[in-house]
Amino acid sequence: MLWYTGRRVLQMIPVFFGATFLIYFMVFSLPGDPIAALYGDRPPAPGVIEQVRAQYNLDKPFIVQYFLYIGNFFQGDLGTTYSGRPVSDVMAGAFPVTFRLAMLALFFESVAGIVVGLIAGLRKGKFFDASALVVSLLLISVPTFVLGFVFRLVFGVQLGWFRTTVSAEAPLGELVLPALVLASVSFAYIVRLTRASVADNLNADFVRTATAKGLSRPRVVTVHVLRNSLVPVVTFLGVDLGSLMVGAIVTEGIFNINGVGGTVFKAITLGESTTVVSFIAVMVVIFVLANLFVDLLYAALDPRIRYAK
Amino acid sequence: MGLSALAFISVSALALAGCSSADESDAPAADSAVVSTNGSEPQKPLIPTNTTETGGGKIATSIFAGLVSYNADGEIENEVAKSIESDDATTWTITLNPGWTFTNGEKVTSASFVDAWNYGALNTNAQSASYFFDDMVGWTDVQNTKLDPTGAVDEEGNPLMVPDPLSETLSGLKVVDDTTFTVELSAPEADWPLRLGYTAFMPLPSAAYEDMEAFGENPIGNGPYMLDGEGAWVHEEGISLATNPDYEGLRKPVNGGLEITFYTDLAAAYADVQGGNLDVLDAVPDSAFETYEAEFGDRAVNQAAAIFQGFNMPYYLEHWSGEEGKLRRAAISMSINREEITDVIFQGTRTPATDFTSPVIDGYSDSLEGAEVLEYNPKEAVKLWAEADAIAPYGDTTFDISYNSDGGHQAWVDAVINSIVNTLGITATGKPYPTFAASLGDRSNDALTGGVRAGWQGDYPSLYNFLAPLYQTGAGSNYEDYTSDEFDALLKEGAASENVEDATAKYQAAQEVLLQDLPTIPLWYANVNGVSSDAVGNVVFGWDSVPLYYQITKD
Repeated sequence: MLWYTGRRVLQMIPVFFGATFLIYFMVFSLPGDPIAALYGDRPPAPGVIEQVRAQYNLDKPFIVQYFLYIGNFFQGDLGTTYSGRPVSDVMAGAFPVTFRLAMLALFFESVAGIVVGLIAGLRKGKFFDASALVVSLLLISVPTFVLGFVFRLVFGVQLGWFRTTVSAEAPLGELVLPALVLASVSFAYIVRLTRASVADNLNADFVRTATAKGLSRPRVVTVHVLRNSLVPVVTFLGVDLGSLMVGAIVTEGIFNINGVGGTVFKAITLGESTTVVSFIAVMVVIFVLANLFVDLLYAALDPRIRYAK
Repeated sequence: MGLSALAFISVSALALAGCSSADESDAPAADSAVVSTNGSEPQKPLIPTNTTETGGGKIATSIFAGLVSYNADGEIENEVAKSIESDDATTWTITLNPGWTFTNGEKVTSASFVDAWNYGALNTNAQSASYFFDDMVGWTDVQNTKLDPTGAVDEEGNPLMVPDPLSETLSGLKVVDDTTFTVELSAPEADWPLRLGYTAFMPLPSAAYEDMEAFGENPIGNGPYMLDGEGAWVHEEGISLATNPDYEGLRKPVNGGLEITFYTDLAAAYADVQGGNLDVLDAVPDSAFETYEAEFGDRAVNQAAAIFQGFNMPYYLEHWSGEEGKLRRAAISMSINREEITDVIFQGTRTPATDFTSPVIDGYSDSLEGAEVLEYNPKEAVKLWAEADAIAPYGDTTFDISYNSDGGHQAWVDAVINSIVNTLGITATGKPYPTFAASLGDRSNDALTGGVRAGWQGDYPSLYNFLAPLYQTGAGSNYEDYTSDEFDALLKEGAASENVEDATAKYQAAQEVLLQDLPTIPLWYANVNGVSSDAVGNVVFGWDSVPLYYQITKD
């Protein structure tokens, strides 16, 4: 397993270079001159644009720009934004809050999703199961931003239970509402995945054997049915962590959270390649690590899975 | 620059407000009196000469006090200046009121202004507001450039220029003594003092020059507010401003400070006002246009702002120059039902244009000669279009108006296009560019295929600021290269007038030239919309669409 882990970590190197190169190229290819656009309808005095462009290496050919960036990257210098802030500062501002939000959402969706899915799976065809299916279908079909607006209006403005937007310090209490919105769609998927998987495994041979051995019902359900049913759910959660980290842009906007999604979006519209690429590089690493973790978890969940050399 | 009677009355009213609140501010609950409002992350460090956008602008005007400041009507009132005088509108003598200090204790002297302006003008400093000094003697020296010694060329093969100033300072700026300095302009400008309340003209303490970038993070000013300690500016989140106890100017705050929260989404800010987390919001999201006035009643604001919007028609296009072009421009303008579009698309938050400036600017007119070309007149439009077709048939060329699709312009562009199609029966379409940057490329390379969205927000309340940068031959923002000797001459005469009344007459005559040529088709003026919570009172919006924060009361 050590060998397997090592190989997977080494695989990150080409992924890192490939991803950063591609993203850098895509931002480079965006139409328009990002520096000229900074000044809007009021062009500055002659020479100012050239000077600023040189400052950000934008006057150099693409490949030179990329290697200058990579060179600085490995010296710990991620460059500066067009507003003159170090990209590392921007990251230090955006990642922690997004990470907390994603973790909270992941917690809500996994705990609630697995519990509801398990009960629905055990009572297949009954009232609880039918309602769970209807509710999850509803959550999947309602776009996140609609849910976000409704939650903000109802719980924030009308009932006043939560602060309408998240303040600068972003304490966990204020992140509950956005995390619920963010978790809603994935919650629905997890309910359905768990339910189908549980219902399937209930008829499996090893469950019949366990029951025949005289094990108590709770033990059969938790140790034999549930554990084996979690493989597809964990796969989903691993991928979901990645999308929660970058994909929270809509929710972040609605609750005015200064997170990763919004920062990357803003940087793309400004054509700020250093910011975009630095963020994406970190995202790639998180994504790869999360997937590695999930792959290793398979073996723990299902003893039949072993890692080849 | 004498104060008008109206301005005088409003000054004394402010002074009274200042007095009455002095007692209240002694109350211990200073914390509750901090007014919260919306903002956006400044694009650059807070250096006045490098702050040309609204996010940084509203902070800079709060923490700095210039020679003059603007009242709600956009009239100037002396702040640090005791007098700004000139006999010939070319050489200006500025005397300062003694006793002004920066919040680090340094005295505000002539040098505080002169050094800051020199810094802003010098091209090696690459300040975005440097063009505000382009009418001062010595400008060409501090902006001198030379060919790039490495022989670098741009994408089109033109050699690049690098800054090579012949002088570090503007020769037209001279310090006489601690409280007097003179400014020599390269041509007379009667309304030159009008611009002195703009952020580019703020003074800087000498500490700033040691490390300008660091200064921009924690700026030290002389304004009604100051940063609430080191690190008061939390990037992308907000900035806390405390009142400046040493400030004795016209804008003495009656509240306990300002908490500016940065929003990326207006709807979130609006919900915060509804939810009681925000006191003052100086904009309203599109989604609330229909409801905000009913919901907030007299705490909602909808008034004209210094923002002009229209679309430019380039002259290099076939059919759009000469006599034919003139007819077509007028026909297009008369085929647009501005009233209906501002009502339906903008829910009355725009005001149909009658000139090229804005109703909040002194000298605005709704009765310029030839302004009927801005009225909806389908019959006349069809007639003029037919006359143009008699010169050269338009055929089935598609008429288009391009816009950047990331700015919420699609709805009104489509409405304008529909109005044109319905009136003239031609094929027309909106042409989206993904971003403003993308459209700039085609604009500067003369590669547009039709009209292009254009807008202008006044930097300072003057007709000149709405005309010269946009339509003067070779001006910086004259992207579509309009040129008219008659217009240029009138503008020059206006600038050289001895008093503001004469200048206004000339600027209005210059606009009458524009009404004939229509280099841009005026559409409407944007309004400023805002709401405030019931925790605050006396929310008044200034000419620049920013609330006059200092006079907002909060218990």
